[in-house]
Amino acid sequence: MSGYTTYQPQNAFMRWLERRLPIVGLVHSSFVVYPTPRNLNYWWTFGGILTFMLAAQIVTGIVLAMHYTPHVDFAFNSVEHIMRDVNYGWLLRYLHANGASMFFLAAYIHMFRSMYYGSYKEPREVLWILGVILLLLMIMTGFMGYVLPWGQMSFWAATVITNLFSAIPIVGESIVTWLWGGYAVGNPTLNRFYSLHYLLPFVIVGVVVLHVWALHVVGQNNPTGIEPQSEKDTVAFTPYATIKDAFLLSVFLLLFAWFVFYVPNFLGHSDNYIPANPAVTPTHIVPEWYYLPFYAILRAIPSKLMGVLALGASIVILAFLPWLDTSPVRSARYRPLYRQFFWVFVVVCVGLGWLGSKPAEGAYVIFARIFTAYYFLHFLVILPLLGRIETPKPLPRSISEDVLGPKRIIATLALAFTLAGFLGSSLPATAAEVESPAKLRWSFAGPLGKFDRGQLQRGFKIYREVCQVCHGLTLVSFRNLAEPGGPGYTPAQAAAVAAEYKVMDGPNDQGEMFERPARPADHFPSPFKNENEARARYNAVPPDLSVIAKARGYERGFPWWVLDLFTQYQEHGPDYMAALLKGYENPPQGVTVPPGTFYNKYFPGHTLAMPPPLTDGRVDYTDGTPATLEQHSRDIAAFLMWAAEPHLENRKRIGLQVMVFLLVFAGLLYLTKKKLWHEVEKPAELARGQDPHGTTI
Amino acid sequence: MHSPGEGANKAPLIAPLGLLFRRMESGRSVRRRLVAPRRSEPRRCAARADRTDKKGTVSVTTMSSAEPTRRDFLYIATGAAAAVGTGSVLWPMIAQMNPDASTIAAGAPIEVDLAPIAEGQVIKVFWRGKPIFIDHRTKKEIDEARAVNVASLPDPAPDSARVKEGHEQWLVLIAICTHLGCIPLAHQGDYDGFFCPCHGSQYDTAGRIRRGPAPLNLALPPYEFLSDSKIRIG
Repeated sequence: MSGYTTYQPQNAFMRWLERRLPIVGLVHSSFVVYPTPRNLNYWWTFGGILTFMLAAQIVTGIVLAMHYTPHVDFAFNSVEHIMRDVNYGWLLRYLHANGASMFFLAAYIHMFRSMYYGSYKEPREVLWILGVILLLLMIMTGFMGYVLPWGQMSFWAATVITNLFSAIPIVGESIVTWLWGGYAVGNPTLNRFYSLHYLLPFVIVGVVVLHVWALHVVGQNNPTGIEPQSEKDTVAFTPYATIKDAFLLSVFLLLFAWFVFYVPNFLGHSDNYIPANPAVTPTHIVPEWYYLPFYAILRAIPSKLMGVLALGASIVILAFLPWLDTSPVRSARYRPLYRQFFWVFVVVCVGLGWLGSKPAEGAYVIFARIFTAYYFLHFLVILPLLGRIETPKPLPRSISEDVLGPKRIIATLALAFTLAGFLGSSLPATAAEVESPAKLRWSFAGPLGKFDRGQLQRGFKIYREVCQVCHGLTLVSFRNLAEPGGPGYTPAQAAAVAAEYKVMDGPNDQGEMFERPARPADHFPSPFKNENEARARYNAVPPDLSVIAKARGYERGFPWWVLDLFTQYQEHGPDYMAALLKGYENPPQGVTVPPGTFYNKYFPGHTLAMPPPLTDGRVDYTDGTPATLEQHSRDIAAFLMWAAEPHLENRKRIGLQVMVFLLVFAGLLYLTKKKLWHEVEKPAELARGQDPHGTTI
Repeated sequence: MHSPGEGANKAPLIAPLGLLFRRMESGRSVRRRLVAPRRSEPRRCAARADRTDKKGTVSVTTMSSAEPTRRDFLYIATGAAAAVGTGSVLWPMIAQMNPDASTIAAGAPIEVDLAPIAEGQVIKVFWRGKPIFIDHRTKKEIDEARAVNVASLPDPAPDSARVKEGHEQWLVLIAICTHLGCIPLAHQGDYDGFFCPCHGSQYDTAGRIRRGPAPLNLALPPYEFLSDSKIRIG
């Protein structure tokens, strides 16, 4: 990192400091005058983006840790507390959750770029291996973070992933018990995952320092794959690389902000808004999208031990890439055969991701096996052979010579589209066995969406007169009814509503618990004391409705889910609920439903314990709206959407401001970048028709 | 292998964004207006010399005179946008540590029934996480509090300012020593009032500081009498 600093301290104090701790000089030599190849394309900005994302994840994570409670009884509710009560808590949590996806997206682009341009080859083997270690650490950190909200997917991810270790012969079971700290995934598991999830990012920081150190020893690779030969092949890190990184980072932030503010749950799974239940496994469990290719490899192998080994090998094999690739030429630009195999490999990785999101049955398994075989074949057979049989194209004499040649935009665009597809196609999408609910128009949909106050008030009336007999709303407080972005009651009205409810308080001076009228600060009480009482009373446990609008949904199927990202369709929950409430029918011919249950065409499995709750005219409306079943079902769905996401309006409003700001900022950075690079890309000599090779940058 | 040293020598000496302003302009009078003069005059000249050397010819300085202004504006606008963005991101990180909505809501007023409190008894209740003393003062304690020469007190306040008119027997105090936050003990110390065991501050029967390191009288919470035997704190 050091050794070629030109840093000259400007004043007595800096000279004094520099002689004792040359830290300013180190930064100066590493991040200011550090020479970078002048021909780096935008794929080289992802290292900077990754550094930013790591810092962002650490900062938002530390902040979230100030409000989160790592206990099985409180974890889920403390996350909801962050979403509802903590100042900007919803923003911080959505930043952190979507930040993980953005982090992996950037990491995968960074890796594919290294593979395309042969950045792992001599002398950058250690740099590459450190990168593989970083990926492994990221996978572990991301997994443990996913467990913390303690939803259904959290709990079952923890169970399934820790059970991977049970495949180890003889000691496997002992290791799993040791990982759990108990006989099953439980509170000790959650506590240690929290501890490690906090620790590992700092380990990542340490390895990143090594990664950057190694990079600055060997220098950056570049699209030609040939080393800079003279100073005219390089430019200073600052301002040239800095401004280029900053510009693409701002573009990347636009994508990030789109997810955070407009489709914050697009990459998540609705089941994770259901509190962890050790008694019920979700019907179709999938990991987060960034693990899907590895998950597909795991499931492709019919043997437990071999599957786990294949999963591990699929990551470990990356570390051997520098030696498996036998070609002396780095960049795929000059390797016509490798270039084609590279794209096949990218498609296979994307395909594995897609298969990982599918149920492990039928043709999916066969394809998963073929793709898994190809994945390993690529490393073990194709790469070693290619180096021997391929005739590379002639390499340019120098980077400067190459820069002045034609631009290569096509490969860049192709890679962009493939990666966009990779992100998208890996999303969970199960075969639709149930009729899809109708897509309704909601006032709160879209970037400018706002709740309809009248609709929320009607929906609340339905909740009070119908739903609350069986369903709780325990994460919502009475005061929420009077908060901005909600049904628009006054504080006095909210207090009056609260006073109609009884909540348990105490103990009093005699040590007895007692009931008192609720206050605005209290939460809606649950209609039953515990699940056993609910089962005894209703023969089922009616789910709490606080986050039900985010915990329910339906599969959109290809290509709709791709469009949903752009149209910001996030109303799966309300659409499903509105359809369900209208979906009661007589069972079709030949179908019988068990006694005490009802046939509903939108409910998965079709047998629902809840009797049809709403009918035409069930609830009287005072605002003149026709009290039809159709209107009832829409109103209650809208109300429950607000209950699940009380800061939705604020989120979209801030989102618009952020998007406008980022667009302006990205534009400014682009212009600044253009100005700064002007003298590099169009030197005065070139403009005057002189020999460009004589140009000194 | 490239040789980093050579490249570095020619590379512009530039620190991040802040310094961009001063590095990239070339119109002298314009930059005077836009950027405060630098302390390191010699270095600036060096940077200019470097630049002239790089461009090689006079052609740089004969560029249109509007050019430097546009550049300066662009760099300042970009830097300002970066500053605004950083500030806006920083604010939620800071605001999240303020009391959250549930904490604020839980800090609503509380009602306390005074009927069970016997004369001479002090009870402790909690409001907003703070202990509150409710002291049912005896006649003797009230007389003691009134007999004091107010002007001689470290934090002068007559007894009438410490209680509500017509309810002189009720002393309601935030039970937190104004020194460093310990809870004083009731009916202790030389003044029959409150004694803080941490650092020896002594308060009298009106909760006024009499001796010790505490600077102020025990604070009074906001409260009102709903009836003769019921108060609402907050």
